[in-house]
Amino acid sequence: MTPQSQSRRGFLFRLGIALNVLGAALVGVPVIGYVFGASRRRTDGQSWITLGPVSGFPSGQTRLATYENPVRVAWDGATAKVACWVRHIEGDRFQVFAVNCAHLGCPVRWFAQSRLFMCPCHGGAYYEDGSRASGPPPRGLFEYEYQIRDGVLWVRGGQLPTLSRPV
Amino acid sequence: MSAPGPGPLRSTLAWLEERAGLGGAIAPVLDHPVPRSTASWWYVFGSATLALFVLQIATGVCLALVYVPSADGAYQSLLYLNFQAPFGWFLRAVHFWGSNAMVAVMTLHMIQVFLWGAHKYPRELTWLAGVLLFLCTLGMAFTGQILRWDQDAYWGLGIGASIAARSPGVGDTLVHLLLGGPIIAGRTLSRFFTVHVFLVPGILIGMIGLHLWLVLRIGINEWPMPGRVVSRETYRQRYEAEVHEDGVAFFPHAARKDMVACGVVVLAVVLCALLFGPFGPHGIPDPTLIDAAPKPDFYFLALYALFALLPPWTETVVILVGPVLAIAALFLVPFLAGTGEKSWKRRPVAVLGVLVIVLTVATLAGLGVSVPWSPKMAAWSATPTPVQYVKGRTPLELQGALVLQNKQCRTCHSLAGEGGRRGPALDGIATRQTRDQLIRQVLQGGGNMPAYGKNLTPAEVNALVAFMGTLRP
Repeated sequence: MTPQSQSRRGFLFRLGIALNVLGAALVGVPVIGYVFGASRRRTDGQSWITLGPVSGFPSGQTRLATYENPVRVAWDGATAKVACWVRHIEGDRFQVFAVNCAHLGCPVRWFAQSRLFMCPCHGGAYYEDGSRASGPPPRGLFEYEYQIRDGVLWVRGGQLPTLSRPV
Repeated sequence: MSAPGPGPLRSTLAWLEERAGLGGAIAPVLDHPVPRSTASWWYVFGSATLALFVLQIATGVCLALVYVPSADGAYQSLLYLNFQAPFGWFLRAVHFWGSNAMVAVMTLHMIQVFLWGAHKYPRELTWLAGVLLFLCTLGMAFTGQILRWDQDAYWGLGIGASIAARSPGVGDTLVHLLLGGPIIAGRTLSRFFTVHVFLVPGILIGMIGLHLWLVLRIGINEWPMPGRVVSRETYRQRYEAEVHEDGVAFFPHAARKDMVACGVVVLAVVLCALLFGPFGPHGIPDPTLIDAAPKPDFYFLALYALFALLPPWTETVVILVGPVLAIAALFLVPFLAGTGEKSWKRRPVAVLGVLVIVLTVATLAGLGVSVPWSPKMAAWSATPTPVQYVKGRTPLELQGALVLQNKQCRTCHSLAGEGGRRGPALDGIATRQTRDQLIRQVLQGGGNMPAYGKNLTPAEVNALVAFMGTLRP
C-alpha cells in the first residue's frame, strides 16, 4: 500500500471502477439470462395434443393432420401450426410422423400410389412405416408418441423434431 | 481568413470550419499519398463494397419504416411494400439486388487482395477485420432471407435448426437459442430481426471503421512485383520510399476510379431492381402447407448442393467441422504466409487454391440451381408418356407403361428427358439390364432406390418389366 493509493484521489478512482463494475454486473447478469434464457426449457414444451376423432383417419391410409403448438405466443400467426402425417394401420394401431425430414428438416410429402414419403430438398425417401428407403437421411422419420382416448387420437408434441431431440 | 471578399457560402463554411474543424480532419485523409501503382481498376472492389453497404443501410432503414417484425404480420407487410407503399417495391428490389451484389463484389475484393498478397506483413490485422466483415455479410444475407418470412424462410430455419441439432451435446440448446423457443414461430422472427437490424450492422460498422483505419495507417497494398519479397525488416522502409518517390494523392488520382466503380455497381443494382423487381415473398409461411420446395438464395446454393451430395456417413462431421476449418483457415492465412513473395505470378499454390475454391463453389451452386437429386413430384401425373414408347406395344407392355407412370417411377427416372434425375434415365434400360436384373431391382431396390416389393402385385411387376424390356434405342 503506497501512500498514493490511500489518498482521496486513489479512493475515488477505485470507487469509480467498483461502481461501474457493479452497475455492469447488475445489468449484465439479467441481460445474459434474458438472451440465453430461451436456450433453457423452463416448461418442457411436450404435452398431449388432440388430432381429432379416430374416424377422421380411415384404416389403411396415411393422412395429413395439423395442430396448434401448445407452447405459443399471441403473435405466432400461422407459424404456430404444426403438421404431421397420421398412418392408421388398423384398429388402434397408428403411426404419427413429423413432416420434418430427418436429414435437414424439410417437409416430406406422402405418395399413396408408391407408398413412399419423399423430401423435395435433397431427395430423401421413406417407406410407409417411416423407415428410411433411400437418400441422405441418417434415420427414419421422427415418430410421435400417441394414445387413443374415447375414440380421439392424441400425440405428444410441442418441439421442433431434430436429430438431437426426436419429437 | 484567406478568402478574398467572403461570399455568404464561403463565410458560412469558414464559420463551420472554425468550430467543427471537419475539413481539417478530412483533408489529410483525402490528400494522403498512395503508391501510383495502386490507382488501378483492380483496386476498386473495396470501395464498391462500401458503396453497396451504404446503399443497403439506406434502403434497409426505409424498409424498416414499414416492415412488421412479427410472425403474424411480416408477410402482409411485405405484400404491402410490394404492391401498395409508394416505391416500396423498388426499395425491396434494391435491397435484394444490393445484397446479392454486396456478397459478389466483396468476394471479388477478397480474391483480389489475396492474389495481390495484401494479407502479408504488416497488413495481417486488416485481413482479419476483412474476414470478419465477410462472415458478417454472409450472416446478413442469411438473416435477411429469414426476414422475408415466406416458406423458404420457414424451412430455411428448419435446415439451420437441423444443422445446429447435429452438434454433439449442445445441439438441443443451440436449437432453442436459434429459434428463441421450441418451434419456429413468433419469437424466432423477432430474434432474427434484431440480429439483422441491430447486432450485425453494428459489428459491420465497427469493423469497417477498423478496416479503413488500418488501410490509412499502414497504407494501401502496393502493386506486387515478382521478386520483391516481403520481409519484416525492410518492408516498411521500402514502402515509405516508394510512396515518397512515386506517390500520388489518394484524392483524386486513385479515388476517381473508385468513384466510377461505386457509381457503376449502384447503377447496376438499380438496373436489376428495375428489370427484375423485388424478390418474393413466396408462399405464405404456413408450415401445414407442405407442398413447399424450399431453396436458399444464391449465396447458399453451394452449401445446399453439398448437403445433397455428401455421402451420408460423412455429413455430420463435414457440416460441423467444415465451416470451423474453413473459417480457421481464412484467419490463419496471414500467419501461415505472412512474408515472402507477394505477386500471384510467383504464388502458384495460392492461385491454384483460389481456382479450386471458385470452381468448386460455382459447380456446386450450378447443381443447386438444377437440383438433379430432387424428385420431380408432379412428373407421374403431369408428364406424358413419350409417344415412341407407346407405339406398337402389346397390351401387357402398355399396362406396364401405366404401372411405371402410376407407381411414380418418373419422380426419379426420366423418359425422353422428362422426369426426375435422381435415378438413371430409363431410355435404353433394356440394353443395360436383363429381365431378371430388372425384377430384382424393382422388388429389392438398392443403389439408392427404395424397394417396391410390398407395393407391387406380381402382375404389376410382370407388366412393368415387360414394358421396360422394350425400352431400347
